[in-house]
Amino acid sequence: MLYSTLVAPFAEFEFMRRALAGALALALGAGPIGVFLMLRRMSLVGDAMAHAILPGAAVGFLLSGLNLYAMTAGGLIAGFVVALLTGLVARTTELKEDAALATFYLLSLALGVTIVSVKGSNIDLLHVLFGNVLALDDQTLVLIAGNATVTLIVLALIYRPLVIECVDPGFMRSVSRAGGPAHLAFLVLVVVNLVSGFHALGTLLAVGVMMLPAAIGRFWARDVTLMIAIATASGALAGYAGLLASFHTGVASGPAIILVAGSLSVVSLLFGRVGGLLRQAFPGRHLEA
Amino acid sequence: MTAALNFRNLTLGYDRHPAVHHLDGAVETGALVAVVGPNGAGKSTLFKGIVGVIKPFAGRIERADLKPQDIGYLPQAAEIDRSFPINVFDMVAMGLWRRAGAFGGIDRKARGAIEQALAAVGLTGFEGRAIATLSGGQMQRMLFARLLLQDARVIVLDEPFNAVDAKTSADLFDLVRRWHGERRTVLTAMHDIDFVRAHFPETLLLARAPVAWGRTPAVLTPENLLTARRMCEAFDEQAAECVEEVGATPGRVH
Repeated sequence: MLYSTLVAPFAEFEFMRRALAGALALALGAGPIGVFLMLRRMSLVGDAMAHAILPGAAVGFLLSGLNLYAMTAGGLIAGFVVALLTGLVARTTELKEDAALATFYLLSLALGVTIVSVKGSNIDLLHVLFGNVLALDDQTLVLIAGNATVTLIVLALIYRPLVIECVDPGFMRSVSRAGGPAHLAFLVLVVVNLVSGFHALGTLLAVGVMMLPAAIGRFWARDVTLMIAIATASGALAGYAGLLASFHTGVASGPAIILVAGSLSVVSLLFGRVGGLLRQAFPGRHLEA
Repeated sequence: MTAALNFRNLTLGYDRHPAVHHLDGAVETGALVAVVGPNGAGKSTLFKGIVGVIKPFAGRIERADLKPQDIGYLPQAAEIDRSFPINVFDMVAMGLWRRAGAFGGIDRKARGAIEQALAAVGLTGFEGRAIATLSGGQMQRMLFARLLLQDARVIVLDEPFNAVDAKTSADLFDLVRRWHGERRTVLTAMHDIDFVRAHFPETLLLARAPVAWGRTPAVLTPENLLTARRMCEAFDEQAAECVEEVGATPGRVH
């Protein structure tokens, strides 16, 4: 019974195994990225970036149809350009990062929609918006796994400067010039992960698999390392449980994954050990010292 | 005596308005200098210039053979994100950046050094505490421990004893004395004139333009302090362009 519910769908159907592999790879990369976005108070940046990527992918689609590489390249280019311009403007002018990002992602979005409307083709952007985790082909799977690998390697390389840059940017500036490049590399990773996310879940839900696990981690850990571990694990759990729920009930798989992650974050919000609502309402008797 | 820092007709400021105006002078290696002056006198601006956070409008700072990492800096309001989930040990360990860099490990010897630095500031036992749980004084102690590990030849402290109690400032000033004893160059922005008189051999009295610089008793005279107090604090939006009459680049305007 348990086997037929929890394991059999993956044992019997190849498309479920592929979907699971994709979801797990996605969680591996998006988990730590989401945690750093959250800690830098950039939780909504992922969302804005997802919009910035969309037009690039659409242009790729216009030029060469539903071609994985064209759409990926388009998304990456649009995302990188917006990320780099944002970083540049925030560091050289009075405009803060959030305002700079708003400027450029809106421009990118408007530009993309304009190009599509001028071309006049009635393209189906549903794939870009909502992805299809149940139809991952070999190419896409390799791309997602490759992105996750690159993400983890780059994160390992920039981890220390990135953490210091987050906690105490002034100190980072005084000991090294690595802070700026580390931040830029991090923004690039955000784009890379959103692009790999949109193939599986679509641009909109890709942000969910990044930010919801991070919020879950925040409620259970006081230490950034543990927070990342929890975020990644809960992202993977959401992927697995979401696919199962989708398989058994027939609801769309992408939203199912995000709904599971969302439920987990609501549970964490209520019962979390670190600053959860219940803990705040009933802190227990105070200690002696 | 060699100079650790040399200011040559230095002008620093923001948006073309000078906050430090035509400062000349040298900070000798191993000097312990108090930088005194009213709010808005340019103390923090001078320190930012020394560290290299802001570039001079005119003139220059000669840092001899100092590399950027040789200068340890404790800003007045550190841009620390206190809600970041990091503990005291890791925070202090950042002081080892010059030795460990982005990839170097923290070995047993380094751990020992971190423990010693924590003991020196009286924070033994706080290793695992999240920085969010520290009081203001404990935070300042932690930042001093990090400075200890930085092993900097020049140490710049911007009002380090503001908003900490007498016990904490006494403990932390012991570290400043220790640095002075080790022939490190220390510049400290201070507001407590009596404290400066008691403990600092040398003082720079700044009121945007330097009012006096030298041995503390000669600098902190009632006349000098009054002069410093009279300087106006606000930028004059209508200020005319300042044309240098001295220096190597006459006619440069800021």
